[in-house]
Amino acid sequence: MEIDPFIFRLSIFILSIFIGYYVVWSVTPSLHTPLMSVTNAISSVIIVGAIIAALTDSTENIFNSSSLFGFTAIILAAVNIFGGFLVTQRMLQMYKKKKDKK
Amino acid sequence: MISANLSAIFYLISGILFILALRGLSSPDTSRQGNYFGIAGMIIAIVVTFLSVGNFSTSLVYVLLFLAIGGAIGAFIAFKIPMTAMPELVAGFHSLVGLAAVFVAISAFLNPEAFNLGNVGSIKLASLIEMSIGAAVGAITFSGSIIAFLKLRGIMSGSPITFAGQHYLNLILGIAIFVLIFYLCKSQTNSLFWTVIMASFLIGVLLIIPIGGADMPVVISMLNSYSGWAAAGIGFTLENTALIITGALVGSSGAILSYIMCKAMNRSFVSVILGGFGAESSSNDLKNKKDQKPVKSGNAEDAAFLMKNASSVIIVPGYGMAVAQAQHALREMVDKLKKNDIKVTYAIHPVAGRMPGHMNVLLAEANVPYDEVFELEDINNDFANSDVAFVIGANDVTNPAAKTDPTSPIFGMPVLDVEKCKSVLFVKRSLSPGYAGVDNELFYKDNTLMLFADAKKMTEDIVKNLD
Repeated sequence: MEIDPFIFRLSIFILSIFIGYYVVWSVTPSLHTPLMSVTNAISSVIIVGAIIAALTDSTENIFNSSSLFGFTAIILAAVNIFGGFLVTQRMLQMYKKKKDKK
Repeated sequence: MISANLSAIFYLISGILFILALRGLSSPDTSRQGNYFGIAGMIIAIVVTFLSVGNFSTSLVYVLLFLAIGGAIGAFIAFKIPMTAMPELVAGFHSLVGLAAVFVAISAFLNPEAFNLGNVGSIKLASLIEMSIGAAVGAITFSGSIIAFLKLRGIMSGSPITFAGQHYLNLILGIAIFVLIFYLCKSQTNSLFWTVIMASFLIGVLLIIPIGGADMPVVISMLNSYSGWAAAGIGFTLENTALIITGALVGSSGAILSYIMCKAMNRSFVSVILGGFGAESSSNDLKNKKDQKPVKSGNAEDAAFLMKNASSVIIVPGYGMAVAQAQHALREMVDKLKKNDIKVTYAIHPVAGRMPGHMNVLLAEANVPYDEVFELEDINNDFANSDVAFVIGANDVTNPAAKTDPTSPIFGMPVLDVEKCKSVLFVKRSLSPGYAGVDNELFYKDNTLMLFADAKKMTEDIVKNLD
């Protein structure tokens, strides 16, 4: 009997939870704020769904009810991607400055 | 247009890059490299999506335009935001992820053909369940984060809002969402889908309003976790590995941070969720006792004298320091002390700020070297061998009652053993209790000298007196 592809995705999901568990415990507590901002940024990879929604069915009607939600989601996710990575970078930069001065 | 198999491999690569991004944060030295991995993963995921859809018509122009608009807004915020406002920023960003998840789920519901999920009215059962769960969790994340944002920003009072039957209402709403999803799967009607989303918005608000200001670090971490699960739910719908991996990473990361925060406050996760903490005001009984006890208070001159003659000083900063913007003056003071060959270290309690690791970032901004900053368990034994503890803007995290008084609401919470120092300098505006509404017996100890002033002004005065 063939295995449902869903089971494969579920396996990836569960293994990733375990990876996340071990990786996050190894994060030093002093970097917990950057950890939150960077997880924020990467969870915006949800933008791939928004792009698919916005790009399909564009024969004549670029803005239909479905793609409009996609376009809005692109803006929301883009704010997060740029904001999240840049603010993380800004914070991590501060951890560097001090070291160089020493 | 690239094949589905090839794009799946690229999504896997971007998922791995995201894992490396988190892995980099294990030390400040590797953290910046980690952030670049994260950015690379994001670029790969976006480019591969463009290629796999393979539609390069006018709509692509609009996609890029909207991407640029959002990006510009995000970049502007990232450069302008003061570090003290990081908790609000993160809460605000969580709400965006949540809302984006809801919108992606809605467009998948309205146009399932685009996502290969079947046709309108006959969406594949598994996909429908996945997108409903993704939309529901996303909606809870969105409205919950908005409330958290308003509370942190001070637009909404930080005190818990509770009413009779609140938990039952949440329970009923929670069950209702499952029932609605069940009927949605049977009938595939639009109105049921919208009702699920609306009920989830409502439950998000109801979940966060009863949680008090002191528990905010837990709330932010919890919402971080939710945003991850929402992304994972959408990842299952879209059959996208990058999203599934990321969702799992973010979900477990937020869950671990919530656990760490709960442990640092000795609060069970359930009691945080049920809320109401910090509502009880200090009783009159407590106030009377306070009036009777003698307090030694001093000025900047006394403090400077004490520290100049010490050989080791431990600084205990709290959120009050950040509110008073005293971190730069503090660093000036420490520089002067170091010139006199006094050993200075910083002791940080896990809940010293408003979110996990917040105090570390604030000190980093003031150019405090991170190897002088220690976590509670690493430094707690050093207090007994140190001459002066300089407590600035912290309160509850130093309260010995957490160790000695079983009736205290904060009993059992891990605290910094400040009282073991030879002398304690406590910068505070008044004797008022902290967030938890508990009186701090440290104020009345013989070896404590209270410095009643604004944290920034006092620190500046001490700097002057150190010359």
